[in-house]
Amino acid sequence: MYTQALNSSDGDDRGVEDVARASQFQARIDADERIEPNDWMPAAYRKTLTRQISQHAHSEIVGMLPEGNWITRAPSLRRKAALLAKVQDECGHGLYLYAAAETLGTSREELVDAMLSGKAKYSSIFNYPTLTWADIGTIGWLVDGAAIMNQIPLCRCSYGPYARAMIRVCKEESFHQRQGFEIMVTLCRGTAEQKAMAQNALDRWWWPVLMMFGPPDQVSQHSDTSTKWKIKRFSNDELRQKFIDATVPQAEFLGLTIPDPGMKQNENGNWVHSPIDWDEFKQVLAGNGPCNRDRLAARRKAHEEGAWVREAAMAYAEKRKSRQLAQAAE
Amino acid sequence: MATANIEVSETPLVLYALRRADDALILGHRLSEWCGHAPAMEEDMALANMGLDLLGQARELYTYAAKVEGKGNDEDKFAYLRDVRQYRNLLLVEQPNGDFARTMMRQFCYAAFADLYWRAMMSSSDPTLAAIAAKSEKESAYHVRHSSEWIVRLGDGTEESHRRAQNAIDDLWAYTGEMFAVDGGERGLIDAGIAIDPATLKSRWLKTVTGIVNEATLSLPKSDWMQQGGRVGSHSEHLGHLLSELQSLQRTFPGATW
Repeated sequence: MYTQALNSSDGDDRGVEDVARASQFQARIDADERIEPNDWMPAAYRKTLTRQISQHAHSEIVGMLPEGNWITRAPSLRRKAALLAKVQDECGHGLYLYAAAETLGTSREELVDAMLSGKAKYSSIFNYPTLTWADIGTIGWLVDGAAIMNQIPLCRCSYGPYARAMIRVCKEESFHQRQGFEIMVTLCRGTAEQKAMAQNALDRWWWPVLMMFGPPDQVSQHSDTSTKWKIKRFSNDELRQKFIDATVPQAEFLGLTIPDPGMKQNENGNWVHSPIDWDEFKQVLAGNGPCNRDRLAARRKAHEEGAWVREAAMAYAEKRKSRQLAQAAE
Repeated sequence: MATANIEVSETPLVLYALRRADDALILGHRLSEWCGHAPAMEEDMALANMGLDLLGQARELYTYAAKVEGKGNDEDKFAYLRDVRQYRNLLLVEQPNGDFARTMMRQFCYAAFADLYWRAMMSSSDPTLAAIAAKSEKESAYHVRHSSEWIVRLGDGTEESHRRAQNAIDDLWAYTGEMFAVDGGERGLIDAGIAIDPATLKSRWLKTVTGIVNEATLSLPKSDWMQQGGRVGSHSEHLGHLLSELQSLQRTFPGATW
């Protein structure tokens, strides 16, 4: 669904690499050529992308949990089918992205293990709980909306497999976003209780959604190299601003109030938000969000309880292979 | 204030459609419980796929039942505003997921039947049921393939998976007989060419099941005692819990549109 703005540094190992190749590589990037899996690339480029794509994949997979929480309680058969299909899409995105990450030389198994051990990150937004049905609408409307803001530029990312994956993912995400907004429209046109449910969900999700774009530009360590490599094309603050400006009229249309009384429109027409509580963001990143433990526990449980199934499949495949070999030898 | 249950005029054809709709909804709901928790991501996709197929079948059948009944009910009223005693699904499909072997065995036993059933129903004299059958048959064929492949892998996999798969068939076997039972109302529909007699499918079903069970190095349970009751609303204790979850929003906010 969304890759957290990537701010940890890779360390600078670029100095030891072949200078001529590195400059050729940069020239290709500058000429807007796509880098493909078998092309030479700096180790740090490979590492940055492996981390970013796999974090993105982990986010899709962990992101199945908060929405999956409502599949069995969806309030109509149409909503139930749409939600199940949506969560299934997310799983598909995860698989697709793991495959893109694997083209950089790390196996899916290794990447998943890093997530399960807590070493690899996934988007913090999924560490918040889905308490009511309105949260499902709000996630589609805002979380998927924010994801799209971030991912559309990634369709032009310099790394071919990632860019191509993003084209498909963005199409599905924009469908999810419209679906979420439609849930919100229905709630806001419904009973007073439903409208209150919608407002309450917006109140709870607004600030965490703004945090999805990552720390403000002044403190973001990572952007320079990523920009040079055309992995990142807009800064965190630019994307956040775009998102807010697009969302304010939508909230107005719904008759909902954005929970930021200090928000004002500046002379350029941009909506300027009040300060974001970055301490909360740091706490959630550090594992202290309301659902961090639950999310990891659920993924670990699925993984551990599924171990005997995966082992059985392997054992059967082995048996079959040796039977075929034995038959062929006869 | 909780919303009251709807009343349903269960004429033979309405009841016939509702029974098949309930089978599909309840099994689809069970499969959807796996979403995000399956043993492998590929299986998350596959279980959701089968769940979506079944949900789709349920919606078409409910919509048809509502049309035939003509009392202003609709798919959501049937799904969300009937209680346990009004549900008409097979006991098999409401059985809890248990482990993956149990889920797959339940799926296999049902799909191996549904595939034959829908294929036969394609020649129903009722054009709506025949059309639903044509779509459902394609879906069921995939469900048979997917679940039977897993039964073989699990049965002939490791010692643990073999034990789990054998337990699954031992526990579920008594719920398979109900698929072939017919009551007086259904007999009339069969005579009119609207429905098919499921008893005529039994030997082919058993052949498919026996073939897969043998390939999986499992054995069929010896007991031929079969539980009945789902078709008349005498369910296991499990269904009430499933419905309390499925229906929670509709019951909490009576009359709201979602």
